[in-house]
Order: sequence, then structure tokens, then C-alpha cells
Amino acid sequence: MSNTASTPSVTGVLDNRRASAAVVSSLKRRYAAEKRFRAYGMIAVGFALIFLIFLFTDIIGKGLPAFTQTMIRLDVTLYPQDLNPEGVTDHEQLLKVLSTANYRNIIVQAITDLFPDVTSRSDRRALVGLVSPGATFDIRRQVMAAEEAGRSLIGHRVRILVHASDDIDQLEKGHISVDVAEAERRVSDREIEWFHRLKERGLIETTFNTTLFTAGDSRSPELAGLWGAVVGSFWTMLVTLALSFPLAVGAAVYLEEFAPKNKWTQLIEVNINNLAAVPSIVFGLLGLAVFLNFFGLPRSAPLVGGMVLALITLPTIIIASRAALKSVPPSIREAALGVGASKVQTVFHHVLPLAMPGMLTGTIIGMAQALGETAPLLMIGMVAFIVDIPGGPLDPATVMPVQIFLWSDLPERAFVERASAAIMVLLGFLIVMNALAVLLRKRFERKW
Amino acid sequence: MTTLIFVAVLLVLTVAGFYLGRSRAMATVSGKPRKLHSLPGYYGYYVALWCGIPAFALLGLWLALEPYVVEKMLVSSLPETVQELPPSRLGLYVNDIRNLADGNIVSRDVDPELQATADHYTGLKHISHVAAILCVLAIAIAGLTYGRHRVSPKLRARNGVEKVITIFLIASSTIAILSTIGIVLSLVFEAGRFFTKVSPLDFLFGLEWSPQVALRADQVGASGRFGMIPLLAGTILISFIAMCVAAPIGLLSAIYMSEYAPTRIRTLVKPMLEILAGIPTVVYGFFAALTVAPSFREWGEAVGLSVSSESALAAGLVMGIMIIPFVSSLSDDVISAVPQAMREGSYGLGATKSETIKRVIFPAALPGIVGGLLLAVSRAIGETMIVVMAAGLAANLTANPLQAVTTVTVQIVTLLVGDQEFDSPKTLAAFALGLVLFCVTLLLNVIALQVVNKYREQYE
Repeated sequence: MSNTASTPSVTGVLDNRRASAAVVSSLKRRYAAEKRFRAYGMIAVGFALIFLIFLFTDIIGKGLPAFTQTMIRLDVTLYPQDLNPEGVTDHEQLLKVLSTANYRNIIVQAITDLFPDVTSRSDRRALVGLVSPGATFDIRRQVMAAEEAGRSLIGHRVRILVHASDDIDQLEKGHISVDVAEAERRVSDREIEWFHRLKERGLIETTFNTTLFTAGDSRSPELAGLWGAVVGSFWTMLVTLALSFPLAVGAAVYLEEFAPKNKWTQLIEVNINNLAAVPSIVFGLLGLAVFLNFFGLPRSAPLVGGMVLALITLPTIIIASRAALKSVPPSIREAALGVGASKVQTVFHHVLPLAMPGMLTGTIIGMAQALGETAPLLMIGMVAFIVDIPGGPLDPATVMPVQIFLWSDLPERAFVERASAAIMVLLGFLIVMNALAVLLRKRFERKW
Repeated sequence: MTTLIFVAVLLVLTVAGFYLGRSRAMATVSGKPRKLHSLPGYYGYYVALWCGIPAFALLGLWLALEPYVVEKMLVSSLPETVQELPPSRLGLYVNDIRNLADGNIVSRDVDPELQATADHYTGLKHISHVAAILCVLAIAIAGLTYGRHRVSPKLRARNGVEKVITIFLIASSTIAILSTIGIVLSLVFEAGRFFTKVSPLDFLFGLEWSPQVALRADQVGASGRFGMIPLLAGTILISFIAMCVAAPIGLLSAIYMSEYAPTRIRTLVKPMLEILAGIPTVVYGFFAALTVAPSFREWGEAVGLSVSSESALAAGLVMGIMIIPFVSSLSDDVISAVPQAMREGSYGLGATKSETIKRVIFPAALPGIVGGLLLAVSRAIGETMIVVMAAGLAANLTANPLQAVTTVTVQIVTLLVGDQEFDSPKTLAAFALGLVLFCVTLLLNVIALQVVNKYREQYE
């Protein structure tokens, strides 16, 4: 086997035999090693995949309960003395009065009516605690809607669905174990008994949790929603896109099509590559020191968040755009220049349209990266507790990943559930964006 | 809102400039575009640029400077007794006026005098707004008229427009440099202020980190020690654990995917690994803090080990998983860059696949793999959310992965979140830490890129 001499000697043949015997006897070991090595590779890939599946099932398992909400059906009597004590008759005036009226009494009345046997003060307070503090909004919304539609509910007895308190919600979902000693769980024995009595009468209902998708943040988990963060993310992404796309495309076009090869452009290229690897939190420090302290821009505003994220995504989009420009064959440029187009005309009329799908793919991937970015936004104050839905890029806002961070830090289990649900929504957005990028690439990919 | 409407008006004017310029150009040659120097559209763009650029520049400048100027004018109109207040008190007073004018809650009793100044402030703002609108509109119309006036068949409109485009392109390519300069300047400047209060030697080599600064000098246990060694040790410990997970798994899966896996499996598994790379770090942090860390603690209890609920192990493990796709895609690149001839030579000598990989491909790809691993280490060091959520806050100097340690990034976040004053060494320390982080990751990247590039030249 290893003998290369043209005339093999006797010892050479013997050596050969011995060598091939050694090879044959070692084959088994070598094949075993081969199989083992292959198995290591499969185990490594399997581990990564198992982790991925585990991560998804864990988050979905934790987050699904947040999509439903326990409600209590209450029969409330809307006494005029509670809602309209001064007897206002003018429609506009009445709406104003109703928006600030005292609905608390109505709820207290309705729930104590259900349990006439509960008399002591502290028991009654606990009883009212079965419904969420947000129940007043549930009633107000219905009363106001009816009033605006012209059929007043005042003075009538109506059935109304109100949010149950967080503890009751958790109890209904089976997250509070009744076997634990009373002192160690969040609901007392009597609350459980009341809950069962409500349930027997069919007054407990589980509905889809619309609050999660319509409300801003709240201190009570049953009233907390993701919508404020979604809108905040929208404004932030809008600013990021408006800044990073034109700048990145401009930079890529300049570096790829116009720039002379000299020290300056080399410096720019090295800079872009290094910026891509700078930890994102350092960009947050930059935003804090320059945008907030030096330029005095408002804290917690999507404008500043968008500016910081634009700087973070710039290298990604520039690199993708340059690759897209590189893939346009030089013959296109030569043909355009040949028929008398100027350099700028060649690039903007012929090269750029052909490179655009690749640039857009890069932009979408950059946006997906920015949508999941959290750390730099913590630096510029987008972690505040914000209830209102932001109306523009200058209003204080938070974004989805930061909302996840905030909720997962809270002790209530319901907030952890909501954080999981928010992760599902965020991952949903990211999957849609990435699918769009893949689709774009598949649809417009051109082989020259 | 009014600003938005005004911007829309300016845009309409600019678009009008385009049509005016084009029609004017056509009119000068009585409808024969061949006699023009440039295509008619370029005359349109020319006029539009003359109309838009100065107007928007002035508007931006006005919006940026207005608050300062109005505040200056407000302060100079205040009574002398107020003007002589120390700057911080004066700032509060001005804030109150501003809040009163905006209809917000005011921190002091509203007396007629304050009300009068607030009204004065509202008036000043109003005047400024009207003046801004008038000036910007005047500039826009002046630009439009001037540009339109200049339109003639001989005007080199295309060259002018292309010059503006080129300037925009050059400007956008310098943004990268500007942001690097911004990062370096802001970090160095703020860190410099920190080092005037804390000696750099204490910072770099101190063994104790407890950044609470006492409100009173005689307070107990609140001296503020800024020694970053424990943070560095914690960062290294967690990154080490992460690399222990990511390096073998990432490398082996890259080898499997590029050398063994049939195409069908590859097309299926590769996107799934990419999903792992696309998951936001806050999700990993959530998973580490709420699933992995508690289960480690339970398992530890089951075998009689005391595992902290914020153990370095949990954070490191999850961080390692986050880095797997990074390592595997970088190694995949270098492994497939090894020339096919080397593989075939090895097979021709009778080596098995694994022997070829271990003895031929791996040594050939080693520099690239090392470069990739260095990049992964720099990622691990700079990673923030996983450690903020799953690692501890207390700076323990320990090598035990079952205990809680803290990292540089965790401390930056905890020092800066919610704190607004900018003179205390506590907040400035975050910038010093940021500077260290920036330098370390930059160094790792430069080395890694150099290694990768050197290797790439060998085969291409």
C-alpha cells in the first residue's frame, strides 16, 4: 500500500502484508471512531433542536393562560342617586357626569346582594375584593355606550360582565393549590368558598382576554395590556426605519459605487465592521450621553429609542446592501454608461432597482433585530411604568421587549403569564418579518 | 401636531417647485427638450432642492434652538431677585412656569406673579412659532423663486442635482465614523469625570464593588467602593461557561451540517438553528430566570448542593445556547472554505471521513475557527439581557458556578436605570465600565478579524 518502488523486494512484500493486516485489524476501530464522531455531531444538532423545542413549549405553556380572563357576571342596579345625584338632564352634561360618577358603590351593592349572609365589615371588604378594581371601568363603559346610543340604563337592573380579581382568575385557572395551608396561599378559605358558590350559580365565566390587546400597562395584572408597548414599538420602529434605511442605502451606494479606494474609505469600512460588533448596551450609553444629556431630547421617547436603534441596525443594513449591490453584474453598469448615462443615473436608474430586493431583505432583518433589542432602551429611560398609549414619537413609551422584561420581574404569577404571552406576540411579529424577508429573497432572487 | 402640518405644507411647496421648475424649463425652449442641457425633470429637481433644503435646514435649526432662546428670554424678563437664585433653584422656578403654561401640575402655589410670567412665556412661545412659520415660509418661497429664476437652457441642472446627491451619499457614509466618534467621546468624557473622583488604579485593580454612595458622610456601610475586579471575574466566569456550551456544540453541529448531513436534513435544520439566532435576548433572559435557574436550584437541593437562584451556571448555560448559532455559522463558513482538493487528497490516502475532518480540515480551518470563537467571546461579554435577568446583583469574587456573580453589563444597567442625576460617581461609574467593555470587545474583534482575514488569504 505504501510501497512505491517499481520492483518490490521480498521484504517489501512481507512488509506490505503486515501493513495491510494492521490496516484490516484497525478498520473496525476506525469505523467505530467514525460512527462515534458522526454521533457527536448529531447529538450536538439534536441538543440545539431539543432546546429550541423546550424553549417554545415552555413559553407557550406559560403564556396560554394569559389569553383567557375570568369574568364575574353581576346583576347591578344602576340607581340614579349613585350615577346622577344632581339629576342632570342635558345629554352632554349627563355624559360628563357619568364619566366621573361613582360606580364603586354599585359594585359593592351588587356583590353584597349575592351574599346576604356576609355581614362583618372585614368580610365585606374581602368580598368586594373578588372583583377587580377595574370592574368600575367595565360598568362605566357599558353605561356610557348605552347612554350615547340613546337608551339609558339608569334606574334599570342589568347583567354585566366584570373582570374578576387576579387571585380569583388564578384560582379558576387552577394555579392556586387548595391543599396548601391557608396562610401560604394568596386566597383565603372563605374566598374559595365564595368563589365556589359563585361558580355553582354559573356566575363565573371565562372569556378571551381582550384587555391584553387593548390596554396599556397596569399594576393589576388582570387590567394590564400589551397594546401600549405594541404602539410604542411601532413608533420606535418607524423612527428607526426612517433614519436607518436612507442612511444605510446611501452609505452602501457610496462605498460600493462612488468611493475611491483610499485611506478614508478604508477607515469607514473598518468602522462599519467594528460597529457591527460593539455591544448594544454601549449604544445605549451613547444615546444617554449624547441624545439625552447633550442635545436634551426627552427621556423615554420613541424618537430617541429609534435613533439609538437606527445606529445599531445601520451596520447590518449597510453590509446587506453592499452585498446586494455587489451581486449586480458590471455589464449592467457598462451598458448604461455606454449609452451615455451619467454615473449617478446609472446607479439610481439601473443598479439600485436591481439591488433593491436584497437591500429590503437586509432592512427587514435589521428591523427584526431592532424590534427585539432591549438593553440600549433601558439606558434611555424606556423602562418607565407607562399606562397611556403613546400618541406619537415624543410621548413617553415603552416597547415590547422592555414590557416583557418589566413583567417578568414582578412577583405575581399572572404577570409572568402575561410576559410569556407578550413573548409569543413578539415572536409572532419576528416570524412574520423573517418570513417576509425569505419570501422577498425567494421571489426576487436573480442569478446572473 | 402643528409642526407636522407645517412640514406637510413645506413638502407640498417643494413638490410644487419640481413642477414649476420643469414647466419653466420647457417654456424657455418652447417645448423642445433637445435644446436643454439636462432632461426637463432635472430642472424640476433643481428648483425643488433650492426650495426644500434651506427651508428644512432653517426649520430644524429653529426647532433645536427655540427652547434655549425662549428660556433665556424668559429668565432675563424675570425679577432680579429670582434671577440671582442659584442655577438649580432657578431651573425649578422655570420648570414651574413651563408646567403652569402647559396646564400641568405645579409644585408651588400659583400667585398672580407666577401666572403673569407663565402668560409671558406662552406669549414668547407663540411669537416664536409665528416667527418660525413666517421665516421658513419666506426662505422656501425665496429659494423657489431664485431657483426658478435661474432655470435657463444653459443651466447645468443635472450636475447640480447630482452634486447634492453625492454630498448626501458621502454624508451618510460618514455616519458610521460619527457614531464611533460619538461613542468614544461620550465614554471617554464621562469616564474622565469619574476618574477625577475615583482613582483609575482603584477602579481597575480594586477587589471590592459596592457602588452605593452615602448621602451623609457619617453613614455606615455606604462608602462606595469601585473596584471592578469582581465584575470582571463574574463576566469571565459566565462567558467561560457560555463558551463551554457553545464551542463544542456549535463546532460539532457545524461539522455535522457541512460534512455529514444529507441535503434534506440540512435544509430542514439550518433554518431552525437560525431561529435560535433570531430569538431576542430578553426571551432567553426570561427563560433563564424563570425556568432554568429555578430548576437548577431544585436539582441542587435534591442532591444536597446549595445552588443560588441566580447562579452563574444558569445564565452561562442559556447564554451559551444563544451563541451556538453564531459559532456554528461562522465555523460552517470557514469549514466550507477549506478547498475540496484537501479532502479528496485525504480520502485518496484511505482516511475515513472523521479522520479527514480531525487531521486535515480542522487544522486547516483552525485559525478561522479561533477567530470565530473570539468573536463569540466578545458577544458573550457584551450580552446584557440574559445576565440582567438571570445573574445576580451582588459582586462576589468567586469561581463557583453555583453561586451568584454579577457582570459588567448588569452593573451598567443597574447603575443607570432610574437614576437621573449626573454628578455622582455612581452613575459615572457606568460610563467607565462601558469604556472597559467597549475596549475589550473592540480588541477581541480586531484580533479576530485579523486572524480570519489572514487565514482567508491563504486559500483564495
